[in-house]
Amino acid sequence: MTKVTLTVNGRTMSGECEDRTLLVHFIREKLGLTGTHVGCDTTQCGACVIHMDGHSVKSCSILAVQASGSTITTIEGLAGQGELHPVQAAFKEHHGLQCGFCTPGMVMTAVDLIGREGGKLTEETVRAGLEGNICRCTGYHNIVKAILAADAEMAGGRQAAE
Amino acid sequence: MGVEGIGARVTRKEDKRFLTGKGRYTDDMTVPGMKYAYFVRSPYGHAKIRNIDATAAKAMPGVIDVLDGKQLQADGIGNLICGWMIHSKDGTPMKMGAWRPLAVDTVRYVGDAIAIVVADSSGEARDAAEAVVIDYEQLPAVTEAVAALASGAPQIHPEAPGNLIFDWQIGEPDAVDKAIASAAHVTEIEIHNNRLSPNPMEPRATLGIYDTAEDHYTCYTTSQNPHVARLVMSAFYNVAPENKLRVIAPDVGGGFGSKIYIYPEEIICLWASKKTGVPVKWTSDRTEAFLTDAHGRDHVSKVKMAFDANNRITALKVDTIANLGAYMSLFSSAVPTYLYATLLSGQYDIPAIHANVRTVYTNTVPVDAYRGAGRPEATYLLERTMEAAARELGVSPAELRKTNFIRSFPHQTPVIMNYDAGDYEASLNAAMQAADWAGFAARRSQSEARGKKRGIGMSCYIEACGIAPSAAVGSLGAGVGLWESAEVRVNAVGTIEVLTGSHSHGQGHETTFAQLVAGRLGVPIESINIVHGDTDKVQMGMGTYGSRSGAVGMSAIVKALDKVEAKAKKIAAHLMEASEEDIVIENGELKVAGTDKAVPWFQVALASYTAHNLPSGMEPGLKETAFYDPSNFTFPAGCYIAEVEIDPDTGETDIVQFVAADDFGNIINPMIVEGQVHGGIAQGVGQALLENVQYDANGQLLTASYMDYAMPRADDLPSFSLSHQNTPCPSNPLGIKGCGEAGAIGSPPALINAITDAIGHDRLTMPATPMKVWQALHAAH
Repeated sequence: MTKVTLTVNGRTMSGECEDRTLLVHFIREKLGLTGTHVGCDTTQCGACVIHMDGHSVKSCSILAVQASGSTITTIEGLAGQGELHPVQAAFKEHHGLQCGFCTPGMVMTAVDLIGREGGKLTEETVRAGLEGNICRCTGYHNIVKAILAADAEMAGGRQAAE
Repeated sequence: MGVEGIGARVTRKEDKRFLTGKGRYTDDMTVPGMKYAYFVRSPYGHAKIRNIDATAAKAMPGVIDVLDGKQLQADGIGNLICGWMIHSKDGTPMKMGAWRPLAVDTVRYVGDAIAIVVADSSGEARDAAEAVVIDYEQLPAVTEAVAALASGAPQIHPEAPGNLIFDWQIGEPDAVDKAIASAAHVTEIEIHNNRLSPNPMEPRATLGIYDTAEDHYTCYTTSQNPHVARLVMSAFYNVAPENKLRVIAPDVGGGFGSKIYIYPEEIICLWASKKTGVPVKWTSDRTEAFLTDAHGRDHVSKVKMAFDANNRITALKVDTIANLGAYMSLFSSAVPTYLYATLLSGQYDIPAIHANVRTVYTNTVPVDAYRGAGRPEATYLLERTMEAAARELGVSPAELRKTNFIRSFPHQTPVIMNYDAGDYEASLNAAMQAADWAGFAARRSQSEARGKKRGIGMSCYIEACGIAPSAAVGSLGAGVGLWESAEVRVNAVGTIEVLTGSHSHGQGHETTFAQLVAGRLGVPIESINIVHGDTDKVQMGMGTYGSRSGAVGMSAIVKALDKVEAKAKKIAAHLMEASEEDIVIENGELKVAGTDKAVPWFQVALASYTAHNLPSGMEPGLKETAFYDPSNFTFPAGCYIAEVEIDPDTGETDIVQFVAADDFGNIINPMIVEGQVHGGIAQGVGQALLENVQYDANGQLLTASYMDYAMPRADDLPSFSLSHQNTPCPSNPLGIKGCGEAGAIGSPPALINAITDAIGHDRLTMPATPMKVWQALHAAH
């Protein structure tokens, strides 16, 4: 067993785990943050996407011990208590989720995508950007719509701030 | 239409918890002392088990116990059942082979469970499972249904000689043969419907908790119908009597049919919890999901469609072989019979139909209902046949369909169904207009100029939903009734809980069901909670599948609301000294019509609970229950059009546009309905272009991960164009038809018809992968 210490959603958290423990299992089982999901065994589905040191990462593709010392944001920490991040709000407004299982990973991927290519996203680039996230319920139609809407709103916000 | 009532695009009440990571799915549940299970599964498609040696496994770190099928049998746990009896045309009952939750002497598919390991961690359970030594005698396997029927094929169950489960028919063979013999034209085609894995994003999971002190079991499970699970586990599997078994299906991450069934794992984890004295949780990984979640479709059919000289269909003859896998899953027998052949009339007035269906055991995962369940198979068969016929007859696909549409209702088909309402031409016209069908020739020329092949295809589907009158399904062999229950509980301050036997696993019932109540009573939607998925809270229910929750589940709520309103009106009339008949409910008040007298809803609720001033003889409280049994199926229908562009160098198909025009009857929340259609179309596109379950000859599953099974991704799909041409359903109080499955039913034939239009012949099977399309293009030259 190895001790792993992370800064998760702004708080320092520690836990003991086996060396083989994946980061996603550490987050879910040791830290009790069950918003990050596991939908496959082959890093294909993206239900486990989190942000690690500012970048989106599939938390099933990294060992917890590798992540030790890093700064993690999970879906639970994306917005303040009781609030919604603009991407979360757009998913609700545009019905970008149904069963909710892929949703945390979709939202974390979308936030990262907007962070990287914000203001110039198109339907095509959003669809390409979601290549690593599988949704079985929505047909992606409303997810794409929600991300484009969030991008426009966040770009508007950035412009207003400038 | 209120802002929160029926017809409003209300955003979903359930979204906030899903968007903030606060959803509670089965694998999120932990209880003190909980341990983890891992299943030892057959690596062979077909084998005898000579010996199981768990000695080394039991000595591994963290292992609590390893349990096998002999122990399960010794404790009296029953075999899995199929809940729909079908008789062959010779009158003999279907030949069901024994399905033991844990295999004892024979394994029949890769993934067949043999033993359960319970350990401190999931990793330790998995390690120990690898140390269980099983001595197998490998047997020859067969995975294709046609091959399984051939003489000399490996025999899978002693109960089913020749692997034939039943040989069933519907319709009139003599009338059909006569019509074919005298037809002006007969179109013949062979249709393959590929095998799919449903793949809800949440893998199945279960947590079994045995309470020694109370001799009581709790089962958390990823179920679409927790009450049916409890019923079956009590009545057939002898897990525990119903009053000693609580089944909870909390947030469930998609189902699409695959979470209807009661699988071995739920039963075994409950039993193992008692055996080991600890709560036992099992969570499927994705490969296990491919290996054990019931698959869908897998039909091979021969079709003959006869026409008279005016291009009117005179008869349809269908001979289908359906692969049911290694065991008969819970509703497997109903899917290729009453959910399939009864829809073979489609939207067309066909005087004579005959369908023969043989179902077959193979060494593959059991096959059962997957989104659409039988109706996609019927629609794909009919609509590809119509397309082929139109080409042979030299008429446009729209013209051939219009010539044959049913135009008056009710319409009795030759295959049981009595269609109650519809306007098929309205959907066809709307779809053609939205797709600019008239402009296709010009677009095709432009594609040709760029060296591309362009095609357009349509499909006119009908389905039967809201399954269905209990007496009717009972007479056809169903082991259960298919009504739904609802309880409307008005609290003393006027807030409302609605308990429903329907189960939401993505459909948004917490919103649509609340909209119904908000609209009726004029109270805020926030004051209404929808409670479902727990057998301790909801008395009984049949769950969610077959697009039945609106038509059946909400109709039950209507009936309960009728009773609540009737009592509330009595109380209000008493309080205002008015006549009960004059009371109307509006905007959260009970008013005396035509006066300014009113009492707020909450005051009536409070009066019912204080009981200080109630009409003489009235019981206190405001809570009513209703059961609703539908009087007919509902018949959603529509027209889908796909337009594709194919790169002849690579065979790659680009969906240029996809248009859906649906008739769902009345709609509660258009936003949610559109979402259902989007998702259904995506699954249909998946079936048509990408998805295929593939076995090798020994029964090894070659497509057991997302590396090998092509799920539709965002960049495989276009945005969709939707419209509705609704004719209200006369068979239920809300006029709802159901929308959950339409997309998956209507889309595959539209796409394949578009591709075959582009390549110039119809020798193409699903999934139309680039390789197959490229080969088909070259075969044409």
